[in-house]
Amino acid sequence: MSAPVAGVTSERFHPLLELTKARLREFFREPGMIFWVFGFPIVMAIGLGLAFRSQPPEKPAVALLAPGESGAARALLESDVLAAVSVPEAEALRGLARTRYALVVDLRGAEPVYRYDAVSSSARLARALADAELQRASGRHDVLSPRDEPQTLPGTRYIDFLLPGLIALNIMGSSVWGVGYSFVVARKRKLLRRFAVTAMRRSHYLLSYFFSRLVFLGLELGVLVAFGALAFGTIVQGSGLGLVLAALIGAAAFAGLGLLIGARVDNTEVATGWMNFIQLPMWVLSGAYFTNERFPEWMQPFIQALPLTALVDALRLTYNEGATLTRIAPELAILMAWALAGFAISARTFRWQ
Amino acid sequence: MAKAIVCRGLVKRYGKKVAVDGIDLEVEKGQCLGLLGPNGAGKTTTVEMLEGLHAPDAGSIELLGMRWGQGNDHALRQRLGVQLQETTLGDKLQVLEVLQLFRSFCERGRRIDEVLDWVGLRAERQSRYHTLSGGQKQRVALACALVGDPELLFLDEPTTGLDPRARQSLWQVVERFRAAGGTVLLTTHYMEEAATLCDRIAIMDQGKLIAGGTPAELVDGLGQVQFVEFETGDAVDVASLERLDGVESVARRERQYRLTVGRNVKRLTSVLLELERQNVVPIGLSTHQATLDDVFLQLTGRGLQAAQTVAEEVSK
Repeated sequence: MSAPVAGVTSERFHPLLELTKARLREFFREPGMIFWVFGFPIVMAIGLGLAFRSQPPEKPAVALLAPGESGAARALLESDVLAAVSVPEAEALRGLARTRYALVVDLRGAEPVYRYDAVSSSARLARALADAELQRASGRHDVLSPRDEPQTLPGTRYIDFLLPGLIALNIMGSSVWGVGYSFVVARKRKLLRRFAVTAMRRSHYLLSYFFSRLVFLGLELGVLVAFGALAFGTIVQGSGLGLVLAALIGAAAFAGLGLLIGARVDNTEVATGWMNFIQLPMWVLSGAYFTNERFPEWMQPFIQALPLTALVDALRLTYNEGATLTRIAPELAILMAWALAGFAISARTFRWQ
Repeated sequence: MAKAIVCRGLVKRYGKKVAVDGIDLEVEKGQCLGLLGPNGAGKTTTVEMLEGLHAPDAGSIELLGMRWGQGNDHALRQRLGVQLQETTLGDKLQVLEVLQLFRSFCERGRRIDEVLDWVGLRAERQSRYHTLSGGQKQRVALACALVGDPELLFLDEPTTGLDPRARQSLWQVVERFRAAGGTVLLTTHYMEEAATLCDRIAIMDQGKLIAGGTPAELVDGLGQVQFVEFETGDAVDVASLERLDGVESVARRERQYRLTVGRNVKRLTSVLLELERQNVVPIGLSTHQATLDDVFLQLTGRGLQAAQTVAEEVSK
């Protein structure tokens, strides 16, 4: 041991802790980043949640062409299941063309005449409802007396479908960008080579990304899950552990994709292009906003192999169908494979300068 | 004396271009060596090979008795302090936080406040990096290199782009490090910087070392001469000037003339009398003793500033 020298100290700051703190500080001191990670998905959920909120069943609008107060006309105007109005013929036809009315009922002749768009299911529904009212008013007697049991199952609204998708999109965006972009910026600023000439352990640098992502992931997941529960009453019906594991492995899979870009690129514009290129097909195909079951059969194996599809499905099953951890195991396996592939390839291609 | 740096026959090629073409360097412990030359001379490539950032295509490097790639790189890095050209440290971080980060990589090192005092940034310890001036940023970079209490310090153009005051305050820090027994290798294209800080200077041009020695040796190598420079629009009879006793050479570039004259007042007088005889009115007449700038001019046939300008234009 050398003699203690004034000013020389062996007081230690742990490099992993300092690196992680530096990453977190850089993030939380960037107000724009905070909005994109936390604010944006919430604004999106509010917007879409409002647009597709559950409403009482809509009454089809029906235009009535009636010569006077007849029993048939009254039956339609007083119907509980139709919104009927009596209007002049010109207005009725104009309204039909503009889809303001689903159906025009002409009662001026001996028998009623229905005018509607035959390919529209809502127009055909209006026709069926109006016809039933008229038939009953004319004395038809219904033979069966069925019992209705209206159901509002938890997890069947659009917002219930949407929220897991938004969480998955958020995990994808923040992991791909948070890892890929910051490596590219650090390389562009020559910060990577500056670190490479210090006694820093390179594994510490990479691990600091892991730990800072973990903190962000916890916050993102917490904010979105809490928001969904408080604002829309969308709650996790399946395994909480499954949800957390899916988010964690999903984040690792997307971090691996980000790292593939971050391993080499030193130009932020090029990196932006690559990141959008990677994410764009998944935005469309993975069923975050709408179901992907309508894509052709031959595309399905490809769609199912995408990491975002796996994450969306795992989160949605856990949220809405009460899935246990074992039920989402196939999705988790797909995500794990993506994560391992991403990290393994980047480990070989990574450049410090 | 023990050697801090020994390198032999360093070569680095980028494609067909030979960036460094067989460089030998030796620096003794406690000394400061300046690598001097215009941009594109290969200084940075040389230093970055020494720092272990690039592997040389040929040649050997020994730092503090150790070599790169023999399993003890980490131990070697603990003993080095490095300041690279143009690094942007975390914009949103405070000076103190940046230093804590760099301090955390080193097993032993200096107290952060002490290093901040050295570089005169104690008042800015809570300031965010992006709010600092260019000179302050350079001092943070130097502080990052010093915070691990290194034995050997590499500085790559530490004062480029700084105003003279900022430059001098940085020089004081380097001198302080040397006073504590540290070894320094620095690159610069400022002659004044090399003359102030360095015990020995190695002049590089186009990937090769073209001269080396102490600043005084290099200047003395030019002989006992002084330089007379002036500008004029009048016709000058250069041949008559060259025939004067003690005038070694006359160089002309458009309206500018530069005479190499023996270091003697009488010689100077005869030059002035000859100009008067030719009815030449000199503008901005000056004479000066030989400097490192003149050494470079002599060695390469072009001034360091001119070489600098050319290099900058090429790089654009």
